[in-house]
Amino acid sequence: MKPLFEFLLRQGDNALVLGHRTSEWCGTAPALEEDIALANTALDLIGQTQLWLGYAAEVEGAGRSADDLAYLRDVYDFRNILMLEVPNEDFGRTVMRQFLFDAFQVPWLTALCESADEHIAAIAAKSLKEALYHLERSAETVVALGDGTDDSNKRMQSALDVLWPYTGEHFLQDDVDNTMFKAKIAPLPVSLKPEWESTVRSTLNDANLKITDSTFAHSGGRTGFRHTEHLGHMLATMQVLQRSYPGATW
Amino acid sequence: MYAQQVKSTGKKVVSLEEMSPADRDFQERINRGEKIEPKDYMPAAYRTNLIRQIGQHAHSEIVGQLPEGNWITRAPTLERKANLLAKVQDEAGHGLYLYCAAETLGVTRDEMFEMLHEGKMKYSSIFNYPTLTWADMGAVGWLVDGAAIMNQVPLQRTSYGPYARAMVRICKEESFHQRQGYHIMIKMAKEGTEDQKRMAQDALNRFWYPALMMFGPSDNDSVHSAQSMAWKIKMNTNDELRQKFVDETVPQAAYLGLTIPDENLQWNAETEQYDYSEPDWNEFHDVISGNGPCNTERLGARRKAWDDGAWVREAMMAHAEKKAQRKAALG
Ligand SMILES: [Fe+2]
Ligand SMILES: [Fe+2]
Repeated sequence: MKPLFEFLLRQGDNALVLGHRTSEWCGTAPALEEDIALANTALDLIGQTQLWLGYAAEVEGAGRSADDLAYLRDVYDFRNILMLEVPNEDFGRTVMRQFLFDAFQVPWLTALCESADEHIAAIAAKSLKEALYHLERSAETVVALGDGTDDSNKRMQSALDVLWPYTGEHFLQDDVDNTMFKAKIAPLPVSLKPEWESTVRSTLNDANLKITDSTFAHSGGRTGFRHTEHLGHMLATMQVLQRSYPGATW
Repeated sequence: MYAQQVKSTGKKVVSLEEMSPADRDFQERINRGEKIEPKDYMPAAYRTNLIRQIGQHAHSEIVGQLPEGNWITRAPTLERKANLLAKVQDEAGHGLYLYCAAETLGVTRDEMFEMLHEGKMKYSSIFNYPTLTWADMGAVGWLVDGAAIMNQVPLQRTSYGPYARAMVRICKEESFHQRQGYHIMIKMAKEGTEDQKRMAQDALNRFWYPALMMFGPSDNDSVHSAQSMAWKIKMNTNDELRQKFVDETVPQAAYLGLTIPDENLQWNAETEQYDYSEPDWNEFHDVISGNGPCNTERLGARRKAWDDGAWVREAMMAHAEKKAQRKAALG
């Protein structure tokens, strides 16, 4: 696989998988305002997916479209980080995950606005506006739920405990990252770690939540080497029409 | 309609001469086409009637998210997924406008939710039908949003100001939903594969009569409707709206190459409208009284969402209070 194609899949699949998970909430959020906000986030992420995967398809040059990439690849060809495919479980975990992701996306997209690849810079600029709003909202909600009641604090703590080992995957580095870095297309993810950590630590501190001491990081999503069992079920649902009726247009 | 069989006073409409001076003044304002605003005088029965109607309408918007939400995770393309998400988000927004309109009459959103969950308030019968294939997303947009428009366009002129204004915002979005649904039908019924054509026809077969039921049984002789119409919170009879819906929908089905499942459907040159078969009103009453195909699931899903979300709502409140206290302690 071309490194640039692989890099774009990582961006597009992150947006797609989280967008899909978020869309699972439709109509069942804790309050009407949250229903609207979750749908809005999902909508932004699906929009970003179209841009990233659209460009990926162009770079690949194999005549595939963004939809082909979304609906006709199997698990081992997906390049999202594992944290995003983990099931929603409850509102607490959904919000915590969104926050941990947004805290990465904001500095990441900010850096990509300076990409030597103009197309990437343009997608990043558009996505950044949305990510800034998502971060503001998810951070606020994490603080409110962490601070709220004893019960809500416990739930948020357990959400954080489950998700924390998945956050390290953002900062791993391989040949794709090195190639992008050398071509001035993207920074090395690890260079964003200090900013991510400072956002995360200060917000979680305001939320009365504790980060575990472990530095263990699950991996295998962004390389496609080993996804969780959950992704296959997500794809079975998401891809059902395209798989069942090959060649039909909708 | 989204508000079906809303009970009014249950008595015959009182004439102007028989009214108290305040009620007469109120009725004359309505007759002149003036808008009633939250702080204005209104008869208690007008208020109660409106709460029932707007509440039922609001509940329909949010329960209505569920049958379409059922397909968001299976939408066949990224664009369809985004469109459906946007539509369902609009419906949540409609719910919000309407709950706000009802709140101006002195009932809270939480109270209305409780009444919904306890089965004391209803929502439209249409949302108790299952969505089984992707064509149902087309049929729902085309027929259900289409039927909603028939009812809601006149309601933009309704006598209660906040309700009328909510309707203006809602109507703009509903016609977009209807076009989106019809576009799905075009893709499947007109341009699609054999499988897709079958799905489209099957969806029309299942949704035609439930869509006709949305307008409610004939209310030409209903005292409830007569009172609501005198108050201008109902603008047309159920039969008028249903006829208008049939007349507009028949040519649209023909364009799609789909057959409306009614052998008696035919153009009547004398009346210049279509003759059609009535839906099965026994089925309608079954659905309304809780025995529709999805009543248990729909209400169950709403209750579960409410119960599962309780800790979140409590925490948000507790946090807001703590924040206020901390601010007070500082200042
Ligand atoms: Fe609506
Ligand atoms: Fe609608």
